[in-house]
Amino acid sequence: MTTDTHYNFAFLDERTKKRIRRALLKAVAVPGYQVPFGSREMPFAYGWGTGGVQITASVIGRSDVLKVIDQGADDTTNAVNIRRFFARTTGVQTTGKTREATLIQTRHRIPEAALTEQQILVYQVPMPEPLSKLEPSRRETIKMHALQEYGLMHVRLYEDIAQLGAIARAYDYPVMVNERYLTSPSPIPKFDNPKMHMNPALQLFGAGREKRLYAIPPYTPVRSLDFEDHPFEVQRWDHACALCGATESYLDEMIVDDQGSRLFVCSDSDYCEERRDAGHVGTQEAVTLHNPLSQEAA
Amino acid sequence: MNAPVLLSVRGAGKAFVHQGQPRWACRDVSFDLYPGEVLAVVGESGSGKSTLLRLLAARHACDAGSVHYDVRAESGEQSSTLMDLASMSEARLRWLARTDWGFVEQHARDGLRMNVSGGANVGERLMALGSRHYGNLRRETTAWMERVELDPRRIDDLPATYSGGMQQRLQIARNLVTHPRLVFMDEPTTGLDVSVQARLLDLLRELVDQLQLAAVVVTHDLAVARLLAQRMLVMKDGVVVEQGLTDRVLDDPQHPYTQLLVSSVLTP
Repeated sequence: MTTDTHYNFAFLDERTKKRIRRALLKAVAVPGYQVPFGSREMPFAYGWGTGGVQITASVIGRSDVLKVIDQGADDTTNAVNIRRFFARTTGVQTTGKTREATLIQTRHRIPEAALTEQQILVYQVPMPEPLSKLEPSRRETIKMHALQEYGLMHVRLYEDIAQLGAIARAYDYPVMVNERYLTSPSPIPKFDNPKMHMNPALQLFGAGREKRLYAIPPYTPVRSLDFEDHPFEVQRWDHACALCGATESYLDEMIVDDQGSRLFVCSDSDYCEERRDAGHVGTQEAVTLHNPLSQEAA
Repeated sequence: MNAPVLLSVRGAGKAFVHQGQPRWACRDVSFDLYPGEVLAVVGESGSGKSTLLRLLAARHACDAGSVHYDVRAESGEQSSTLMDLASMSEARLRWLARTDWGFVEQHARDGLRMNVSGGANVGERLMALGSRHYGNLRRETTAWMERVELDPRRIDDLPATYSGGMQQRLQIARNLVTHPRLVFMDEPTTGLDVSVQARLLDLLRELVDQLQLAAVVVTHDLAVARLLAQRMLVMKDGVVVEQGLTDRVLDDPQHPYTQLLVSSVLTP
């Protein structure tokens, strides 16, 4: 695609990008702290990653290689559109391969491949305030962050265990960054939470509608909240990826017929492809699960 | 009494601006409260009782005078000293309110978190103080529910499913779980029927006695004052008109307003 010369490099004007970079510097200096910033209207609807796009636009350079993922895949609507947007306004090289990318914008996943110090991971965040569901007042939550009063978050986890027997949050699982700020990891599955801990890559988070951004610098401790006798655990599957046979990755479960057969495949499409290229093969077939609701089972 | 003073109030007052003019909701209140002592504040509605309570609990700042509290010494320091609430940081005040104080609201709904279970309500302060063991929290919560005569089997029910008296007892348990030294109560028994009131008062009297709690109880019910309090303040139009030992004030009222108040009690 040819570069559209009607726009400034990466769509936003230089002063706006500079202001966002200044806010990012503050965010990196105080890991996990939500920095307010002058969020701009973008040619996307809110909820489609306006915060992440603004961060990507302000840090992208001509030599960057951009990868955009949505729920792990490079070929879904959101990912394709954002990738085309940047290809058109910057002309930088884009890729689907995690290892080749220097800048990765992501929605709801962290790539399975380990990141390096040369990479920046940009998250799209719908709701940056982890306490918002518990304490509606913005003023009060700012005060709670300032005074490090995070007992309320544990009340929520307690309530999960009391009512459901386990901490039921499967995504957007609250984390403590650098043992100081309670932070929302954005709606990534809790499977990805451990990858944030001491990650060599710079992790930037942008929430366009809420006008907040925050960061986790490289090699920062990130701890998922839990109770001593109900420790944090990630999801596990009884099946391997049907395409590449991976057992360590995050799997998507797809129903493929009226009998309820399920196909388990890697959510990270690049990871799956790389494994298949390396010669790994899965069973290539869907599995039939025992369905407790079906009549034959009764 | 040679015990150290717990709460010392000197000339405390609070004014609200009404049509450009300051109106004193309460003014010139002075008293000392000792550990383990229960003080009742009585008076008609609008006499500034609740405003006074909010001044003591640092929910409002004093416009005149001061409130000093005997802050428990942090580790290291030897003796504790009376500190002016106005000079303390907000973080410190919030810490006090969570640990060393309790505040029992008139309406249990104001003092409880209605969208989480009764057990979570009782455990909230413990979790705020860093308790991170679910089993221990559970045990402590159950023990406190039994102590305030709530059925521990209802630990996972929402407070909205509790009766009014149970909600009030839950609120008390929630406040006492950190073993505070001072509890503020704003008409803890109003809105409850008479038999529930009596049980609640019995419970309060027992807890105050067992835990050596100091308490400031705002009430317009003289019977509550008689039952719970060693001393009482009588307020009218924001001013303390009479204070002294409860039995003395009730049996031998000096001020005309107190005489009126005492003589207006209905006896069946």
